[in-house]
Amino acid sequence: MVEMDQIEADQSAIFKPTAEKAMVLHLQHLLGDAISEAAIAGDQIILRTTPSALVNMLTSLRDDVVASFNQLTDLTAVDYPDRPERFEMVYQLLSMKNNMRMRVLMAVDEGQAVPSIVGLFSSANWAEREVWDMFGIFFSGHPDLRRLLTDYGFEGHPLRKDFPLTGNVEVRYDDTMRRVVNEPVSLVQEFRDFDFLSPWEGMQNQIDSGPADKSGKSE
Amino acid sequence: MGVIDPYAAPPIPPGSDQDAILEAVGDEITNRGFVVAKADKLFNWARSGSLWPMTFGLACCSIEMMHSAASRYDMDRYGMLFRPSPRQSDVMIVAGTLTNKMAPALRRVYDQMPEPRWVLSMGSCANGGGYYHYSYAVVRGCDRIVPVDVYVPGCPPTAEALIYGLLQLQKKIRRTATIARA
Repeated sequence: MVEMDQIEADQSAIFKPTAEKAMVLHLQHLLGDAISEAAIAGDQIILRTTPSALVNMLTSLRDDVVASFNQLTDLTAVDYPDRPERFEMVYQLLSMKNNMRMRVLMAVDEGQAVPSIVGLFSSANWAEREVWDMFGIFFSGHPDLRRLLTDYGFEGHPLRKDFPLTGNVEVRYDDTMRRVVNEPVSLVQEFRDFDFLSPWEGMQNQIDSGPADKSGKSE
Repeated sequence: MGVIDPYAAPPIPPGSDQDAILEAVGDEITNRGFVVAKADKLFNWARSGSLWPMTFGLACCSIEMMHSAASRYDMDRYGMLFRPSPRQSDVMIVAGTLTNKMAPALRRVYDQMPEPRWVLSMGSCANGGGYYHYSYAVVRGCDRIVPVDVYVPGCPPTAEALIYGLLQLQKKIRRTATIARA
């Protein structure tokens, strides 16, 4: 009996990559033009879509009996300032039924509204608030789109690449006004980046060829 | 203290009555003994011997703060009990990263503590921002918000370091020569 179990385990290991491929074929048949690009990295499916197709696509992924990607584990964004459409939304989905994970990517430009998916996955509520707070991506149809993490009255979106590391204001208790006040940042010493002095030998080829060289210029 | 009670009995004039009272007091002292103390020393002894810290754990430092209160180091031996309310505490241990959003709350809790009160800043983040010194969201030292008496360095400081800082605070209190805090 032990041998049988072993053989079954080996077979599932061999066929595991094809399970993802079969899922991609199934989804392409199911969703058609909503998927503009499909790939498999490791054992994870990556699909690319557009804001107009997003809600229908995620609804199908969640409700389709075969796919049943019915859990939204994470929702976030990335800022690529060089791209024509600046932001990339990232949705991480999990199918407990198929033991499969999926990443849905979507390019969004600055000022472009993204349809909220709180109606589909309630876990998206605070995640979308955080993305709004950190990147300034607006979600249309969100029930309560307020800032989530930053200070009350905070201005700017900290995870945008053009946001200064130390921000624009700092706080101090003012004895005469008897309250905590915001003031423009004044640093005794500017932030310094010492990446080029990295002691990690394993990183040497990264240091020689990588973007870390630019930190020498900023001195 | 210095208040004259108008309804008190008039002073007893010199004579046999007064002699009897003075003799009785003298007998009490010779029989039972007495203690002399300066009032400010007495107050400082009492204050330093019952420092009740306000629980203000903000980050990983608060884990070490809990260790110093738990059985191995047992802050209770020095008369230090953690209080959940600022109105019952004498010292606030700012243990961890103070963010901009938390700063008004920290100040409000400090304002709610009764005088005399002390602040102990625990760890790099509370001392000067530490690892997050250049962050857009972190206060560069909790002394921008409240006056600090003792700084305990470390990231995080060990439980021993915190105890040492609290003992330094006790020393500082015993050195204080005034009854009311300026």
